[in-house]
Amino acid sequence: MAEQREGAGQLSEHPDPNEHGHPAKEVHQLDRVVIRFAGDSGDGMQLTGDRFTSETAQLGNDISTLPNFPAEIRAPAGTLPGVSSFQVAFADYDILTPGDAPNVLVAMNPAALKANIADLPKGGTIIANTDEFTKRNLQKVGYDSNPLEDDSLAGWQVHKVGLTSMTVGALAEHPVSKKDAERAKNMFALGLLSWLYSRPHESTMAFLEKKFAARPELVAANKAAFAAGWNFGETTEGFAVRYEVPPAQMAPGNYRNITGNTALALGLVAAGVRAQLPIVLGAYPITPASDILHELSKHKKFGVTTVQAEDEIAAVGVALGASYGGSLGITSTSGPGVALKSETISLAVALELPLVVVDVQRAGPSTGLPTKTEQADLSMALFGRHGEAPVAVVAAQSPTDCFHAAIEACRIALTYRTPVILLSDGYVANGSEPWLLPEISDLPDLRVEFATGPNGEDGKFYPYLRDPQTMARPWAVPGTPGLEHRIGGLEKADKTGDISYDPANHDFMVRTRAARIEAIDVPDVAVEDPSGEAKVLVLGWGSTYGPIGAAARALRQRGINVAQAHLRHLNPLPKNLGEVLAAYDKVVIPEMNLGQLAQVIRARFLIDVVGYNQVRGLPFTSTQLETMLEEVIKNV
Amino acid sequence: MSNAVPVQLTMKDFKSDQEVRWCPGCGDYAILAAMQSFLPELGIPRERTVFVSGIGCSSRFPYYLNTYGMHSIHGRAPAIATGLSVSRPDLTVWVVTGDGDALSIGGNHLIHALRRNVNLKILLFNNKIYGLTKGQYSPTSELGKITKSTPSGSSDAPFNPISLALGAEASFVARTIDSDRKHLQSVLRQAADHQGSAFVEIYQNCNIFNDGAFDVLKEPETRDDYLIRLEHGQPLTFGADGSHVVTHPAGSFGLAVGEAAATDPADVLVHDAHAEDPAYAFALSRLAGPDLRHTPVGVFRSVRRPSYDELVRNQLDAAKAKAGEPEQDLAALLNSGDTWTIL
Repeated sequence: MAEQREGAGQLSEHPDPNEHGHPAKEVHQLDRVVIRFAGDSGDGMQLTGDRFTSETAQLGNDISTLPNFPAEIRAPAGTLPGVSSFQVAFADYDILTPGDAPNVLVAMNPAALKANIADLPKGGTIIANTDEFTKRNLQKVGYDSNPLEDDSLAGWQVHKVGLTSMTVGALAEHPVSKKDAERAKNMFALGLLSWLYSRPHESTMAFLEKKFAARPELVAANKAAFAAGWNFGETTEGFAVRYEVPPAQMAPGNYRNITGNTALALGLVAAGVRAQLPIVLGAYPITPASDILHELSKHKKFGVTTVQAEDEIAAVGVALGASYGGSLGITSTSGPGVALKSETISLAVALELPLVVVDVQRAGPSTGLPTKTEQADLSMALFGRHGEAPVAVVAAQSPTDCFHAAIEACRIALTYRTPVILLSDGYVANGSEPWLLPEISDLPDLRVEFATGPNGEDGKFYPYLRDPQTMARPWAVPGTPGLEHRIGGLEKADKTGDISYDPANHDFMVRTRAARIEAIDVPDVAVEDPSGEAKVLVLGWGSTYGPIGAAARALRQRGINVAQAHLRHLNPLPKNLGEVLAAYDKVVIPEMNLGQLAQVIRARFLIDVVGYNQVRGLPFTSTQLETMLEEVIKNV
Repeated sequence: MSNAVPVQLTMKDFKSDQEVRWCPGCGDYAILAAMQSFLPELGIPRERTVFVSGIGCSSRFPYYLNTYGMHSIHGRAPAIATGLSVSRPDLTVWVVTGDGDALSIGGNHLIHALRRNVNLKILLFNNKIYGLTKGQYSPTSELGKITKSTPSGSSDAPFNPISLALGAEASFVARTIDSDRKHLQSVLRQAADHQGSAFVEIYQNCNIFNDGAFDVLKEPETRDDYLIRLEHGQPLTFGADGSHVVTHPAGSFGLAVGEAAATDPADVLVHDAHAEDPAYAFALSRLAGPDLRHTPVGVFRSVRRPSYDELVRNQLDAAKAKAGEPEQDLAALLNSGDTWTIL
């Protein structure tokens, strides 16, 4: 039994139940907990999850989160399509995923129970809002009888809590409408869970004060609902035990919890600061990328201009036009948007200007599953343009890594004057984890030099005369006297950039554009093979980093050797990759697509890799990867 | 970038070293020459002038001007120019486009640039045909037009580009003709002076695929009866010896053409390009029939409203006024929100 941790105690503003004679409850220590908050789209589950996450971060646990919500903003209340959930894993050690399965399911209504119960292992805890288990709500989702009343949940620990009625009761004296009182039930649930897991509540109090600053009565009501939930846990006989998850051993420094989309946007801001260039983001709203537009639109003081364009094509056009003018042009979108932008990306290939295209991948084809994750845009990023139009491609592997991946994408775009496609996906974009805040001085220096005068030995200016180091052409921005020149999508003569229909020149320029992307300096891929005796290498890219890492770790803990390598750079590939792959008997590539990286690796290295593929709109679980890898290793 | 210093440039300064490759006799030559001889009078240094074009015959224009220029992709010039203009208020950005480029594949970008009032001078060369792809009907071709792709005649109703621009909330809308250099330059001058989007439709002859499309507006025998020259503050009188006038008949939404002799002079409309209500300019744009009879040329509408560039710039400037040293601000930004420290 541990001492009560600072910040995890009772709510100071409210009566301490212990003073009223309740015995202190038993406290159990746990090393890892996974909670899933599930409810109707309008129940505030994302917010509840966010708050719980923030409280947990304050405590120093390592965290990983997985929001899961429908594409419909408000599907009919109480229906299965309307269920929204937020899963948070927290532990006293560093964790790589939001957990394969929850230990605790908070079900705000029958639909939330029905949609999530299959994921909750037997023995797990269910906290159900009994007020919503009405005959009508049960019928809506096809329950013939109330699962809280029959034996169907016998294998689980069920806590039946009247979340709505108790919230309304607790707010009886508050000057708020019944509707507002009912809406505060998510704060009651949060209070209860915060008590149950001994979370500090200060950040939630501060959050409520800020969120409802214009309506003090709602601040008070929501705080009271939270306190009621907390005090209910403390007093009710139903919860005999409360839990603690001690802080994780984490590197010293300042932390904040951050989602991938926010981290990515901040990475772009940081790149602009380190490049000393204005940023122009052209974007058209699209799930799951819109938050990048929202975030960047807040940062005008850093010289960030955001243009919400009329369509995806205009968005990338705006970015490219801005790059032509000497800004760092960026466009953010998802797969359908990249498809629309491909002609403009080709123009950027021909113009050899910096351009960053952020693709927060979602499940396709077509509209697909807009709120669900997938990694199926890799082939499009690599090859999805007409003509020979190579671009650099980089991928982010975790929410916090989005920050560094964004800076790397900008570095390549600026240094090599090329479009770069930055691949994120719905899983890392919406997921969150603690972020060790970087020192600004540790970020790369991205300053560039614009052309200021003639570059030819004859004293003339040659727009396509290349830097021998980077193979980049000069960035000669309008407004520079003496460097007036014309560029365009028509094939250009080497050096002069004049229109050229010469066959030999076209052949040369096509090969040059390929060679200059291939020559981009990217770091070698690192291999994690602690024993040095692994025969199987698992190779991944993007958001599979977490589940693959967790699976590899679990195997090693069981004495099974496996090597892991994860690609940041998909084009060009790291120079040492061939050597790395050749060092293992078998290479396994798990991907949330039907084998797009596997195809590239086979083609480039003539290695018969093993693909492991899933397109369910959800990340891999580490357990399934562990099982699969064990099987492969056994058979080598 | 320093402010403009008076520069004495000539037409020669604006000619690039590239061989002009339009078909002999193309109306584009006249427009290019008019532009090259007009640009020096603006006193804007060459390096601060940028031409952005899309795809089509007209879109080769930037190659022939010794300024900065980009020949982009089909229909997208207004979008690319928007990114340039909004980020570089020190530049003068011209968009050169055609009826296919601006009204078909790029229709969306055109209307949104106009609605936003981006600081662009958009020149639409309207020859009512696809030239570079060798003679298909365009979105301004008349109904029934027989072309390679419409051997039985086009079934598409055409756009009226002036009406479209007005409907898209354009703050400056004008029309001129390739062969009338004086008029063309006068319209260009007013467009260049306009803050915000200036939309100029230029009737341009394609002598290969749609020759003579605007002859009635050019031939001395017909032009006086067909053309209405718009001058702000002047009565709408046209025809040989001012034989005809434009009026607004009571009870009608539109305008009408009548004989001057049979009209009370008080009923003759006086052109007001600055009228806030675009209904008047729209009515003017509907005067011409399919035979081009009663085609107004000149500035239909010129009103002042804040440009997109200005509004964006104001927000940026206001935010920047509160900014400190960028790296310190960045450190503060990263460290914002709920943070905690591990010792």
